[in-house]
Amino acid sequence: MKITFPHMGNTAIVLKALFGELGLTFVPPPPITKHTLSLGVQHSPEAACLPLKINMGNFIEAIELGADTIVMAGGVGPCRFGYYHQVQNEILKDLYCEVKMVVLEPPDNHIGEFFARMRLLTGTNSWWRLLKAMRFAFEKCVALDMLEQEASYLRCRELKRGQVDRVYRKACQGIDLASTIKDVRWCRDEFMEEMRALPLDWQKQPVKIGLTGEIYSLLEPYASGHMEKHLGHLGAEVRRSLYLHEWINEHLFMGLLRVRTHHQARKLAVPYLSCQVGGHGQEAIGSTLEFIRNGFDGVIKVAPLTCMPEIVAQAILPWVEKDHGIPVMTIYMDEQTGEAGLLTRLEAFVDMLERKKRAGCSKWG
Amino acid sequence: MGVRSVFYLGVDVGSVSTNLVLVDQLGNVEETIYLRTQGRPLAVIQTGLKELAKRYPDEAIGGVGTTGSARTLGAVILGADVVKNEITTHAVAAEQIVPGVRTILEIGGQDSKLILLKNGVVTDFAMNTVCAAGTGSFLDQQAARLQIPITKFGSLAAEARHAVRIAGRCSVFAESDMIHKQQTGHTLPDIIAGLCEALVRNYLNNLGKGKQLVPPIVFQGGVAANVGMCRAFEKALGQAIIVPEHHMVMGAVGAAILAGEAVKQKGGASNFKGLAMAEQPLVAGSKECKDCPNLCEVIEICEAGQPIARWGDRCGKWESSVAAGKQDWPDLKPQTAVR
Repeated sequence: MKITFPHMGNTAIVLKALFGELGLTFVPPPPITKHTLSLGVQHSPEAACLPLKINMGNFIEAIELGADTIVMAGGVGPCRFGYYHQVQNEILKDLYCEVKMVVLEPPDNHIGEFFARMRLLTGTNSWWRLLKAMRFAFEKCVALDMLEQEASYLRCRELKRGQVDRVYRKACQGIDLASTIKDVRWCRDEFMEEMRALPLDWQKQPVKIGLTGEIYSLLEPYASGHMEKHLGHLGAEVRRSLYLHEWINEHLFMGLLRVRTHHQARKLAVPYLSCQVGGHGQEAIGSTLEFIRNGFDGVIKVAPLTCMPEIVAQAILPWVEKDHGIPVMTIYMDEQTGEAGLLTRLEAFVDMLERKKRAGCSKWG
Repeated sequence: MGVRSVFYLGVDVGSVSTNLVLVDQLGNVEETIYLRTQGRPLAVIQTGLKELAKRYPDEAIGGVGTTGSARTLGAVILGADVVKNEITTHAVAAEQIVPGVRTILEIGGQDSKLILLKNGVVTDFAMNTVCAAGTGSFLDQQAARLQIPITKFGSLAAEARHAVRIAGRCSVFAESDMIHKQQTGHTLPDIIAGLCEALVRNYLNNLGKGKQLVPPIVFQGGVAANVGMCRAFEKALGQAIIVPEHHMVMGAVGAAILAGEAVKQKGGASNFKGLAMAEQPLVAGSKECKDCPNLCEVIEICEAGQPIARWGDRCGKWESSVAAGKQDWPDLKPQTAVR
């Protein structure tokens, strides 16, 4: 059995740690490139959203490398993502790639269901070993998220372009190689220090932009056209509404760990949208309100084109804008999105926030 | 005005047109040059500079700003003091010419924008995202199909007595709908007026959703020259529409004003390379970097055989290679060379 999985930001490092600890063989797909995307687009329905297409590309490239089992996340609720694993399985069958698809879905009632699914993968490993492996992988996940968050905070302050990213990439490699929890923590602290010790402009008061929207577009830089990086280089401090470890805790561990959750965001969203619309629609509204509370200057909502929950959120957000006077920009991404157009929009948005800040009118409308 | 006065040069290199504008210290437009880009931005910028060199010495230009889709390219060639996106430049120019403007409608060659301002500051904007229906290029194409000069397109629409309803969401379907209406015997002015209304509807649906368009409303960009479009906007919004005199070149005006600000902030010195750049042999080439599967298309600008800038690489190694003095361009076979 050779396991593979789709890429989503740093997920590969986390899953490698999990499978490695369990003594399973695995083949991570090659990094997402144009080639991945064109493979995915070629073999996917045109109207499906970008995550499905990139996933397909990942799977095909990994199968070429010898993978025969795919671990894929599933979902419940109105978002199409819930049945993507089925669609992908059918497409692979049509391509004569017989693979086993193991779906990790949020448990319906009890965390035991999640463990039962994990059992399919883990085979003869003891429960204790599985727990230990999960703890180790989760530790890597938290460390990576902390570093990523710090990088987005510091990128706009760097004096020489690209330095923060160089350290961040090194940090990711370091954490990937770490073999004990102690190593992971050491690595995290070490690179955090290195990042902060770079020549940075600490006097700078950058505009603060909150990034919210659909999970895949938020977590996978390729799916958002490296938006976080671009915004940093344009001089904006960026924070995301969602990090991988928060999602894992909330959706796979049923919120058992004491990690920031989106309960607060969902509660804040209620006056505007009182029910779940699938995906991260309600959270997108709630997070926007959270960003506003925390004094952010603007919010960018990113989602794949045709994403239903985000379309619902987009239709509601003008009211949030009107009530709170914070501009919110929605950007949809798909395989057709040109980089020049995206950059113009981001630049104009940052520019607008900077000029507004300088003019001292933080409230309008 | 004497030769001694200082002007700021704004250059807007767009998909369809390239505009050069000189504004004086107070932001008044002194000179405008409107050229068709025709896919050759480098040559067109140089043509524009040659025009300027006939009438102005180098000392008359105190700063340069570039904007438009080829703003980076323009900035490298000219030595720009400021490189700004179209949203900011259009807003700055409109505020200069119509103080207190609250809404800017802008339709250019391949994009359309809606900009909302308050107290002279942009508070919100929208740009067409996945579709270019209703932009200048489409009108151009339809004018060509009907064999009407684009300049007469708008006035023809004004003659309409009863605008027909045309599906404007997609330019391909709009075209088939127009053909259908022609075949059933509607008059040309009615069809053109219908097309204008459809484009305006599409614009407001796409960009204006959930936004309040407060007067004064300014309409600028190449399409603002089209009387039919202005009428259609006035009808749809129930407001008077102001079309500024220099509506074709507002982006360049904004860039020039911003260049003036930037130079003053820097203490008076400009990076401008001089009007002689018009005579320099400039070559742009793009190559595909095969060092990783991203296959970035790297662009290189050479001045007299020496690379002066490279960009387009995701990792930044080509971009920094010029500054680092590494002139080589190894194992990349040139794909295209555009002049």
